[in-house]
Amino acid sequence: MALEFEQPIDELEARIRELREYAEEQGVDLSDEIELLENKLERLQKETFSNLSRWQRVQLARAPGRPTTLDVLENVFSDFVELHGDRAVADDPAIVAGLARFEGRSVVVAGHQKGRTTKENIHRNFGMPHPEGYRKAMRMMDLADRFGFPFISLIDTPGAYPGISAEERGQAWVIAQSIQRMGRLRVPALAVILGEGGSGGALAIGVGNRVLIMENAWYSVISPESCAAILWRDAAQAAEAAEALKLTARDLKELGVVDRIVPEPRGGAHRQPQAALAELRRAIAAELEPLLKLSPEELLRDRYRRFREMGAVAQS
Amino acid sequence: MALDRLFRRRRTRGGGRDVPELWLKCPACEAQIYKKDLEANLMVCPECGHHLRMSVEQRVAMLVDEGSFEQTTGSVKPADPLSFSDTEPYAERLRRYQEKTGRSDAIYGGTCTIGGVPALLLVMDYAFAGGSMGSAVGEELARGAEQAAAQGRAFVTVAASGGARMQESVLSLMQMAKTTMALDRLWEKRLPYVSILTDPTTGGVTASFAALGDVILAEPGALIGFAGPRVIKQTIRQDLPEGFQRSEFLLQHGMLDQVVPRAELRQRLIQVLSLLHPEGAASGA
Ligand SMILES: [Zn+2]
Repeated sequence: MALEFEQPIDELEARIRELREYAEEQGVDLSDEIELLENKLERLQKETFSNLSRWQRVQLARAPGRPTTLDVLENVFSDFVELHGDRAVADDPAIVAGLARFEGRSVVVAGHQKGRTTKENIHRNFGMPHPEGYRKAMRMMDLADRFGFPFISLIDTPGAYPGISAEERGQAWVIAQSIQRMGRLRVPALAVILGEGGSGGALAIGVGNRVLIMENAWYSVISPESCAAILWRDAAQAAEAAEALKLTARDLKELGVVDRIVPEPRGGAHRQPQAALAELRRAIAAELEPLLKLSPEELLRDRYRRFREMGAVAQS
Repeated sequence: MALDRLFRRRRTRGGGRDVPELWLKCPACEAQIYKKDLEANLMVCPECGHHLRMSVEQRVAMLVDEGSFEQTTGSVKPADPLSFSDTEPYAERLRRYQEKTGRSDAIYGGTCTIGGVPALLLVMDYAFAGGSMGSAVGEELARGAEQAAAQGRAFVTVAASGGARMQESVLSLMQMAKTTMALDRLWEKRLPYVSILTDPTTGGVTASFAALGDVILAEPGALIGFAGPRVIKQTIRQDLPEGFQRSEFLLQHGMLDQVVPRAELRQRLIQVLSLLHPEGAASGA
């Protein structure tokens, strides 16, 4: 299903396909008409995707077919062995984690997982973890430290789950602990924002020495809809809230919150997932390489400096 | 989900215009209380024991040793890095809160001794933008933890906050990491961090430094949690159980060390600090 602003493009593409089929079936020459439409398509794509609003990027970040954590694990990494459970209460399917190999090297990976189908989405709670998910992630950080493997997190969540059971089992506490635990890693830590970076539920696994973001992903203190509901008292103002929140990859790079933007193929990663994942592999390799040379103490200092500088204040 | 949850907080002032300023109505039992009496009783209702919100100045005064307090906060001023504007420009909101509270942002505190133990105390001001944490509040907290560590002081925070401040978006979110990581300066020096949670403490403040005290104390009946009750209700579409997300509920679920009535808070804090702080731990003070 196409996003609303993709529809004119989809329609034009369908039209061109039809004309081609018709020309072939009937043996008539429609190449002029087709060329005309192809030029129009090119212009339309350029126009649409070079002027995306922040709200359109939020929609791209949520587009069905966009690479998820498991897609990354299957395509960017190899030898993925999933590890389950928090050793206390349950296994949370909203976070997947385990051992894998990246360019021949053992690494530990944890990431939010949305469903690739509606049924799977319900099973995975739309990528909104309970405390158990964060406890599982912290277990992975322990594992990375124990074996000296790099820790790589993949972020794609609307937020940590706001529910009774989550509150009862200490949602706020585990998020705080996970931030603290990741800050204490003595190994290289990379965080990649794949799609949605929804607030504390994203940051809990976002304390990397370097933070990467896909071109059409977003990262914010609150989702545009919730922000609109509170500040504008109207969730329908989400587009306006998205503009105000400055939550796109480019905004975040300017604010110093992310270190690298991973380019996506035109039209978004959901249209050409393999091309997007190839770019992601190159970006991870480039960011990981220099970190591998740092000592545990240097990595700790580097991470503290990175986050200590965050924010904008006026000094008197 | 760190929201500035400004929904229907109980008012501390009697609603009707006919009620003179000298009198307050207890939001819990509705008793009319003489304001001076309430203040003398640390803003705890003498009729039903309900803990009303108190000013940050009174909070500091009730916790520190008399004459020991020196303010360190205030030099860090908030900025408007995103030029944020919703129904009102953020810069305007800031000016309004600054006028109302006389503070540059939602935090107040300084160095002091507490039962003789050298400490650095920071108190969040709910009256300033719902106690929300933006860059300036985060910076004060990080500096506070660093200064305490450098000077051998215990670090004490009193939280009252709707969470991270929306108007600074992702930069507010980053304060969660910054404040959390700054606490490790205390860890390195074996200095204690005591976190006191008061009504209300939610969102990105609960989900960062405030949840990481070596000892976590809370006042009775305080609303404490990650998501606000309204958000949870909307998500699950059913009513929330009685007492949900209140201090007593959290104590029961293992999230707090103690629920301490305000009148006993200073004594409990002194006891904890003297056991944990190297000076008290060694001398038996
Ligand atoms: Zn009362």
